Amino acid sequence: MKGGKWLLFSLPLVLFAGMAFFFLNAIGTDPSVLPSTRIDKPFPAFVLPTLEDSTKTVTEKDLRGPLLVNIWATWCPTCIVEHPMLLELSRRGIPMVGVNYKDEPAAARQYLQNHGNPFQWNILDAKGDLGLDLGVYGAPETYLIDAEGKIRHRFAGALTPDVWVKELWPIWQSMGGFQPSDTAPAAGGSS
Amino acid sequence: MIPEIGHFAIVMALVMALIQAILPLTGAALLNERWMAVARPAAYGQFGFLLFAFLGLTYAFVSNDFTVAYVANNSNTLLPLGYKISAVWGGHEGSLLLWALVLAGWTAAVAYWSQPLPQVISARVLGVMGLIAIGFVSFLLFTSNPFDRLLPDFPPDGGDLNPLLQDFGLIVHPPMLYMGYVGFSVAFAFAIAGLLGGRLDSAWARWSRPWTTVAWCFLTIGIALGSWWAYYELGWGGWWFWDPVENASFMPWLAGTALMHSLAVTEKRGVFKAWTVLLAILAFSLSLLGTFLVRSGVLTSVHAFAADPERGYFILVFLVMVVGGSLLLFMIRAQALKSESRFDLYSREMFLLLNNIVLICATGLVLAGTLYPILFDVLGWGKISVGPPYFNTVFVPISLLLMLFTGIGPLVNWKRHQMALLRRTLLQALVISLLLAALALWLVDAGWNWLVFLALGLCVWVSWIMLSETFKKIRSAKAGFLAGMLRLSRSYWGMVIAHLGMVVTVAGITMTSTYDVERDVRMAAGDVVQIGPYQFAFAGVEVVRGPNFNSTQATVNVTLDGQHITTLVPEKRQYLVRRDVMTEAAIDPGFTRDLYVALGEPLPDGSWAVRVYYKPFMRWVWGGGMIMALGGFIALSDRRYRLKIRQSATAMAGALAGGKA
Repeated sequence: MKGGKWLLFSLPLVLFAGMAFFFLNAIGTDPSVLPSTRIDKPFPAFVLPTLEDSTKTVTEKDLRGPLLVNIWATWCPTCIVEHPMLLELSRRGIPMVGVNYKDEPAAARQYLQNHGNPFQWNILDAKGDLGLDLGVYGAPETYLIDAEGKIRHRFAGALTPDVWVKELWPIWQSMGGFQPSDTAPAAGGSS
Repeated sequence: MIPEIGHFAIVMALVMALIQAILPLTGAALLNERWMAVARPAAYGQFGFLLFAFLGLTYAFVSNDFTVAYVANNSNTLLPLGYKISAVWGGHEGSLLLWALVLAGWTAAVAYWSQPLPQVISARVLGVMGLIAIGFVSFLLFTSNPFDRLLPDFPPDGGDLNPLLQDFGLIVHPPMLYMGYVGFSVAFAFAIAGLLGGRLDSAWARWSRPWTTVAWCFLTIGIALGSWWAYYELGWGGWWFWDPVENASFMPWLAGTALMHSLAVTEKRGVFKAWTVLLAILAFSLSLLGTFLVRSGVLTSVHAFAADPERGYFILVFLVMVVGGSLLLFMIRAQALKSESRFDLYSREMFLLLNNIVLICATGLVLAGTLYPILFDVLGWGKISVGPPYFNTVFVPISLLLMLFTGIGPLVNWKRHQMALLRRTLLQALVISLLLAALALWLVDAGWNWLVFLALGLCVWVSWIMLSETFKKIRSAKAGFLAGMLRLSRSYWGMVIAHLGMVVTVAGITMTSTYDVERDVRMAAGDVVQIGPYQFAFAGVEVVRGPNFNSTQATVNVTLDGQHITTLVPEKRQYLVRRDVMTEAAIDPGFTRDLYVALGEPLPDGSWAVRVYYKPFMRWVWGGGMIMALGGFIALSDRRYRLKIRQSATAMAGALAGGKA
């Protein structure tokens, strides 16, 4: 009886200790950093339908850059914040492919129809399989893919003009991507 | 010069916190009155220094002192004065300073109001709060100093405040939320003081109760404000996203709600002591956990601040010391707590316990959903995300279950109840709930929906039982209606009002999430779109210059059967410094519906993508929150708290004299 009581009253402490251990491990792994093994490796293999036409399938071979791959969903508030930036980049001629992640295809199509569609086409990743292979932490995420179909950069979170100029633009240039004359200065942030 | 003095004031606040923690706690252990007496002045001193630092930082913002790095990153000469002031807590360092200030404010309040309490108790409570302050103030000082200078090369102008935060909602939302979060530190400190002293009785519960209720009220207001802000500022018509930061404020609220109810039982009946103490620890621990999740960069979120592993480790160590230490104390001391009375299966105690269990299950489910991605990552199973589908699936049934028990609880007597006596009342309530819910669905006229029927039925169930019980009590006073109403205590009225507030919120959530209409349309000048009974006519756009942004404003005239209802002016703003584009939705709020228009993208043919929403009963969601908080404040004004503090303090002082430390 006495032992049982000790066991019961130490339960909260034990549970917390377990949680703290996980946190300790979690701090090292910054969620916005892609495991370095994936950088400069080919895009993971997949065979998935497109959002535009679910009878048509695409594979990783259809991703030949330089282009930008954006993971998005209609349930994701940060994607909402990010959307105008994507439209702006697409208007300036940056080629972009969307991965519609764990979403309702009908809602997603409606979303693009109404709020503007920055994507050339979208991969329909309804179950999140591709997201799992990519190591997607959460929507939105943005990848830069080079001409050989290799992942050159990953950014987690909402793209902002600042991030584009400081982080993605230099890599985009080094990949020899399409370079609209006014992209860098016009999207420039405070710095 | 002011920033250096501000920095020094933080150092002094840390010194005060150290004194406030070490001397009184040691004094309480040794029963040294002079050491214990230090607690109160040290608490006032700590508050004074932090207030000075906070005002110093505010001055740096108002006077555009861009030599201070934090000011340069979060303000700009073009920023309107109000936002310069709210920018003080717009970033990590400043909001942490606000947090520390709020903690010191609560501590000073406890120091002031605890004067009638036995000195051993108030010294321990203030000492524990001092320990928490040491953690936060040193976190501020060593990892996040808001007064760091950018010398000698400081920028001529600042980087501006994030436009998402340039908003009235953000001026008031964080202070309210922090008042709530940090307020649970008082209940926590009382719990730890009780465990240290080995005495947790109904007097202890009575002292903790008002503090817990105040904190809960502020947290309720803070969460409602945050939801309201997301609704109008993000321009997407959504009002709750199950974002980690939202969850971080929601979990302490759930645990705090459980704590309030459990404290009531401990005060009235002297049972559930260990459980109540555990809840007090849990509510504050979840507040700290929320801070950890938001500040350590373990999770990404719309609201999250920049990730910094050094800060992450600091908070984790602090979290482990506070939570681990208090749970260890709980393990050793709480076993000795004895119940002072017994109760039957059918008793109010039992139903409040059920309510508690449901609330804690809900907390656990939210926690699991929030931490799942981290767990997955740490175990090396890859990275995943948990979206609203999970939360909605688990949360809807559990809230309905909660409503069911909320209805029954107040009917049942303490200790023992003949359930046979209740059968008629419950049956009557059941019939009325089913009838009124069916009537409501018929009035809405949008087809049968079992979930809506169930949810509205439970809303009627809770409010019918609550109101008919109140009427019964008023009539049994046999003193006329008004006199009977006045005879009921304020804490009873507070309870009734808060529960009705919950009903209003649940009804609002049910209606708005089921029956809202969203239309995304392409509109050029002269176009009209029909949504529900309303016609929205698009009159065109014009460009307007704001203080630190350029704005494209559209004019939308809303009519109902040819009658002009309102003119909505949604905007799209381009902020000049950061170049961010923000959508400012235009909203016509109403008692039974919100009309909401947000401007999308310009289309190649000169027309615009426009989002138009019809959101029924939207205001009820936040209105209910305000009613809940109002109920809490009314309960607080009950005079028995003030009277009994004196009585029980005298009794305790007698009992404690010569007692062990």
